[in-house]
Amino acid sequence: MHATIEELDAQAQGIVSEYGNRQLKPKERLEIPLQEMPSQDPQLRITNMEEVALGYTEAQVKAEALRCLQCKNKPCIAGCPVAIDIPAFIAEAAEGNFAEAAAIIKESSLLPSICGRVCPQESQCQLPCTVGKSLKDVDLSVSIGRIERFVADWARENKKETTPTVGEPTGRRVAVVGSGPAGISAAADLRRAGHSVVMFEALHKAGGVLVYGIPEFRLPKSIVEHELKTLTDMGVEIRRNFLVGKTRTVRDLMEKDGFDAIFIGSGAGLPRFLNIEGENYVGVFSANEYLTRSNLMKAYDRSHSRTPIYNSHSVAVFGGGNVAMDAARTAKRLGAERVTIVYRRTEAEMPARKEEVAHAKEEGIEFLLLHAPLRIVADGKGKVNGVELITCELGEPDASGRRRPVEIPGSEKVHPFDTVIVAIGNDSNPLIHATTDGLEVNKWGNFIVDEETLETSIKGVYAGGDIVLGAATVILAMGQGRKAAKAMNEYLATL
Amino acid sequence: MNTILSKEQLSAEVFRMEIKAPEIAEARRPGQFIILQMGGEFDERIPLTIADANLDRGSITLIFQAVGESTHRLAMLNEGDEIANLLGPLGTPTDIRQYGKVVCIGGGIGAAPLYPIVDGMKKAGNEVTVIIGARTKGLLILEDEMRAIADEVIVVTDDGSYGRKALVTEPLKELCEDRSIDCVVAIGPPVMMKFVSLTTKPYGIHTIVSLNSIMIDGTGMCGGCRVVVDGKTKFACVNGPEFDGHLVDWDNLLLRLSTYRDVEDEAHHRCHIGLDIKEGEA
Repeated sequence: MHATIEELDAQAQGIVSEYGNRQLKPKERLEIPLQEMPSQDPQLRITNMEEVALGYTEAQVKAEALRCLQCKNKPCIAGCPVAIDIPAFIAEAAEGNFAEAAAIIKESSLLPSICGRVCPQESQCQLPCTVGKSLKDVDLSVSIGRIERFVADWARENKKETTPTVGEPTGRRVAVVGSGPAGISAAADLRRAGHSVVMFEALHKAGGVLVYGIPEFRLPKSIVEHELKTLTDMGVEIRRNFLVGKTRTVRDLMEKDGFDAIFIGSGAGLPRFLNIEGENYVGVFSANEYLTRSNLMKAYDRSHSRTPIYNSHSVAVFGGGNVAMDAARTAKRLGAERVTIVYRRTEAEMPARKEEVAHAKEEGIEFLLLHAPLRIVADGKGKVNGVELITCELGEPDASGRRRPVEIPGSEKVHPFDTVIVAIGNDSNPLIHATTDGLEVNKWGNFIVDEETLETSIKGVYAGGDIVLGAATVILAMGQGRKAAKAMNEYLATL
Repeated sequence: MNTILSKEQLSAEVFRMEIKAPEIAEARRPGQFIILQMGGEFDERIPLTIADANLDRGSITLIFQAVGESTHRLAMLNEGDEIANLLGPLGTPTDIRQYGKVVCIGGGIGAAPLYPIVDGMKKAGNEVTVIIGARTKGLLILEDEMRAIADEVIVVTDDGSYGRKALVTEPLKELCEDRSIDCVVAIGPPVMMKFVSLTTKPYGIHTIVSLNSIMIDGTGMCGGCRVVVDGKTKFACVNGPEFDGHLVDWDNLLLRLSTYRDVEDEAHHRCHIGLDIKEGEA
């Protein structure tokens, strides 16, 4: 049964009045039930693009914050890629000091509204949480991400954000290539140090994967715009419609345009395909294409957008990550009657955030697990009308530590679908590498960087995010942006 | 930013615009294209080939046919107006070198992107014959410009209203018979490029075609523009747009170009309103 926000809030208010005004023993804290995230009713939300998770109410955030034991060893901090002082901000949130809580997060993370929504908390900060350990269930850990989201949203909506101060002008010019999470965080820290910063974005809208990739129903674009506005308010210049590697090369930026250092956070923008028969039939899309049409080009608004999106009835999405969930849920919202995730392993191995999988299921997305695509079949006009799948079982763990899917001979079967969305990951876009002599990459095309400084093989050129890590997460990209900026600030001081 | 410096109507629905874009003008090479977006929240991104560039004025020239909703709206802009978003140059430049005898073929609006290639081929020391074709006289473009640089220009129209009444493949076949052609470059409707490739194949003449598959970002990110060349999947936006015409899977290209036809037909109907284009000519 779908609980409404009013119901959840009423329960939380009861908890706050019972536990809120006294010193709690750890045992009492562990009694407090986990606060469920209020969400749009599944039947309603599959008809709109608005955000699914509505965010905690004030009572809920206090109740959830009371669950934190404020334990001595603070394992959550070690689980956070940017080491946010989590117990400290949760303690403030429990007291209702939301501005203070937000300020504590901002010391370590520039994009808490975004990370609170898209971080895989269950495999990061919430994984080692003492509450989860005590209750022997990681799903019962303190909902750190939801509290983070609340306080960050609260600070933004109540205009209580601490505006980053910009240092005295250094006379140094820095180029930031790409306006996604890595670029945003690098640009902010470089600008704070007083350098002049120009951020280059290839698309007509800034924000990178936050804008073209992650759907509105999971990350409202107004939040991304707000973060970018903070950057421009700080004096960062954003140049859209500028493709480094084509409009100008990296060498041009340094030699002709006088940039003293460059940070490259261009992302992993080259969609992988399976290279199976039929992948170029009409009705087969990369998730990048499908999501870019819907998110960046607003094709979901069929009556206004000039970019079309395919009319689908029965959609197969290949893959088990967040992008696969995003594509499947987008297809559902665009009117497909049946949407099926096709994944070679089981749910336990799926890289998607748990919440996304749960939301997808609530929305009626079907899961065809332990199935691998063999070929795509089409009608006489070359339009997809089915996918041949083979059943798998799990074998020995592979290099990723996940158990390898093993195909079962004789189990091949053609399943009817009119659309296929391939969401099996991205490789590095070769554009910058191909136009920059001396830039070293590994066999996957990821830039090779110094582990400490994130400097590439070219002096003064740094890189971070997916172009270094391969397809990873927003928070890791952000962490790398900050790490590189720190090293760049040190480098620029020596010039 | 991207101010329109001049605008001219070349034929019933073909327009030439010179646009201020100094960085693109400096970086572009023949065969490359730009992606344009009109600036509205709901506007599409459309790829257009760069027809020319002027370094002194820091400008590029676009020649486009008002065929869809966005190109119609572009055609309604005038000198002094700004184009909100212009990205480029994109794609891999034409492989221009000294081949010897080169035949460059432009079908309809294809003459526009062909022009800088003719110029480049000529400057590289080739003997260049140009064949330009159109459905009817009113749709022919760049004849004088081609005559000014090429060694020979052959004009054909489908209806015989100007030049020779023929398809471009007819004079091409004669040239293949009579002379030793070293390279053919063909830009135009996919069906034309397909038949040009079929015409030159028996003679083993290297044939370059420029593919106009559906694309969004133009940087290799979406993969919508994928084409099959020599049995392998390639992205027209970064690996192309030019490929060896003898290796292109034309049927797959034509198929993929039809992906959104039902949606587009409806939009095309709506978009003629407001533009001074006579039905029948468009």
